Amino acid sequence: MKRYFRELSVTAALLLVLLGLAVLAPAFYQPQPLLSLVTREAPTLIVACGMALVIICRQIDISVGSQFSVCSVCAGLLAARGWPLPLVVAASAGLGALMGAINGGLVAGLRLPSIVVTLATMVTLRQGLNLVRQGEFVNLPDSVQWFGLSQSAGQATLVVSALVVLVVIGLALRHLSAGRQVYAVGTNAEAARLAGIPPQRVTFLVFVFLGALTGLAAIMNIVQSPQVQPLSGAGLELKVIAAVVVGGVAIAGGRGNLWGAFAGLLLLACVSPALTHLHIEAYWEKAIQGAIILLAVVADGVRQRRGGK
Amino acid sequence: MNPSASAPLLTLRRIAKNYGGVRALRGVDFDLAAGEVHALLGENGAGKSTLIKVATGAHRPDAGEITVAGRTLDGLTPTLAQQLGIACIYQQPALFPDLTVAENIGLRLEHGGAARRIDWPARRARATDLLARVGATIAPDTEVGELSMPEQQLVEIACAVGAGARIVIMDEPTASLTQREQARLFTVVRELRTAGVGVIYISHRLEEIFALADRVTVLRDGASVGTHPVAAMDEAGLIKLMVGREVAQLYPPAESPPGDVVLSLQNVGCSAAGVRAVSLEVRAGEIFGLAGLVGAGRTELARVLFGLTPATAGEIKLNGRPIAIGSPQQAIELGIAYVPEDRRRHGVILEMPVAQNMTMAVHRRLFPTSWLRSGAEQSLALEYVRDLAVKCSSCDAPGGSLSGGNQQKVSLARWLATKPRVLILDEPTQGVDVGAKSEIHRIIRRLAKDGLAVLMISSDLPEVLGMSDRIGVMRAGTLAAVLPGGSDAHTVMAMALGQEGDKGAA
Repeated sequence: MKRYFRELSVTAALLLVLLGLAVLAPAFYQPQPLLSLVTREAPTLIVACGMALVIICRQIDISVGSQFSVCSVCAGLLAARGWPLPLVVAASAGLGALMGAINGGLVAGLRLPSIVVTLATMVTLRQGLNLVRQGEFVNLPDSVQWFGLSQSAGQATLVVSALVVLVVIGLALRHLSAGRQVYAVGTNAEAARLAGIPPQRVTFLVFVFLGALTGLAAIMNIVQSPQVQPLSGAGLELKVIAAVVVGGVAIAGGRGNLWGAFAGLLLLACVSPALTHLHIEAYWEKAIQGAIILLAVVADGVRQRRGGK
Repeated sequence: MNPSASAPLLTLRRIAKNYGGVRALRGVDFDLAAGEVHALLGENGAGKSTLIKVATGAHRPDAGEITVAGRTLDGLTPTLAQQLGIACIYQQPALFPDLTVAENIGLRLEHGGAARRIDWPARRARATDLLARVGATIAPDTEVGELSMPEQQLVEIACAVGAGARIVIMDEPTASLTQREQARLFTVVRELRTAGVGVIYISHRLEEIFALADRVTVLRDGASVGTHPVAAMDEAGLIKLMVGREVAQLYPPAESPPGDVVLSLQNVGCSAAGVRAVSLEVRAGEIFGLAGLVGAGRTELARVLFGLTPATAGEIKLNGRPIAIGSPQQAIELGIAYVPEDRRRHGVILEMPVAQNMTMAVHRRLFPTSWLRSGAEQSLALEYVRDLAVKCSSCDAPGGSLSGGNQQKVSLARWLATKPRVLILDEPTQGVDVGAKSEIHRIIRRLAKDGLAVLMISSDLPEVLGMSDRIGVMRAGTLAAVLPGGSDAHTVMAMALGQEGDKGAA
């Protein structure tokens, strides 16, 4: 119980919000708007899974928003040229993995601090994209939108695939040797090294993995609209890191799981529609999200002091 | 010299200090007179550093009395110690590398609010003056990071002189100095003495003590075994004082002769690790003890053998076949296991459960599909918990909740699980209580009996002497001698200190 206290309390908070909405604003539960809400969050969820791994490994990647934009635009251009969708998906994931490899290579290979490395790649990728594309939108062929399915079928496909990714990575993190290694490196990299786990390789691979997931998330985003908007990923990194941290993944590494990240993401995502349904001004959204993050971080601080370590 | 002529500068009476259950100091008496160099001598862990920390106010003693210049102090703090004129010069100077010499000296010696105006010409003039007084030819505007280690030491001494220090403590100041630099340092120390400063001088090098010190106090196991005028002592007598304890514990004896050579090193070196030309052989069933002073290259050799800093010279053979050990993973696959020194930082991941800690190095064998089978994990952990008598509430208890001795057993279990042929133990009983210590000794002997080749690094001299079938003594990055098991402490210590003993046969 104590071990999963944070995950349980975030889940409880989420349930409380959902319950409050059921009583005060039952309109929130109309199927179609709710499905749309969840669909919009599906790409973020995928990126959050990868981010959780990176943070558990005691690193951070703030370039995911820029990676996301680059993948979106490139995937859009390939699709517009008539590439079949499966190939576009593979190309986008591969491009993401490549950008992750650049981050991971610099962090693990040269042992540079990840916050600085990814700050640099964040700016470089974003400005490079602006330079090449001049902010131009990409028009997509009809076959791309909702994978060529009806809107509700497409939405359902997206939500289900995001959940599948979440469950698979969640189980892998808990039950695969590789997952255990991520925790070991994030908790004590030198001890892990002395136990035969190569910390640099693990660090490199979590960045590559996050990049590939970001590429997939870009696809899950572009299929939701007829055009690719080059600024679509702006601010994604903050949203994702906030969700992961609220969900109890310790920024100091070694602690947390995907269930918590999932609950944290939903809790933050609920704020905006809840305000709409409760007829509160939308200006409150960021303030409330900020307060939630602050509360989570303070809770961590208190827990650590009590723990006496 | 005659210390009773004037009141002593510093008197320590019956100083006792415990860390956890370990008695680091048990009632040590020490005094320092003005104008004397008083050497402090003792093995690793004899309590020298603890005594220094008490004298500088860094640690508060559990019992005892500190008198500085006739004033008995209730609680000595680092700030108070500084005001009383106590300065300590450490082996690694604690200066700011990106600031200039003058700025560093200013930071130590100038007082006042953060908003005060700095008088730059005065600061520079004082730095120039102090540097001249300690015989240093360093420009005050040089950045400290550009100075060599001995030059930085001189800056430290200049700070001490500038602070009007009456008591200067030097902790192994010559450890990284060349002969000439050492001679210059001695001149400075002698000048300090002439000026009436009392110097506490810590060194492992006996010849320095004879060259420099007026009196010497020898510590052993946290107690003083006597203070003597240096003129009345010789090297043999000092070594005897340092090690002259009875081997109180009983060590499990070897029951059968060792088998074939398992690990053999031929002129192995690694320049980055500071290890050079080490040749030795360890046989199956044999415990090969590695003795030496801290910094003699023992841990560095272990790190070479475990692939952490791969060898750059020489040949390593395992069961007669030449091998290359490029990484810990390779070492593990070859059957080499390394139980590191600092178990809390490196041996055990404190936040992880006991079971996960134990299986950490055997994922590939235990989980061939990479799927973590918790059944297999638990049963392996239970096996070792039982076999090594690990005391823990359950296999899911975090490693950090165990006592030191039990953490060490967990660390040991992790490596036994790899089914190694060579087991390297680095300070296996450091900071472990007496009961657990002899338990660990019995386990090590049993492992050797089962055919493991054991290489045991230890700074605990009785342990090395009692446990080892053969003893390698390291000094300055290389193997200075290999002695037969049952050698006496005097011979080992003499080898470690660099006194060519008469029994130094390989």
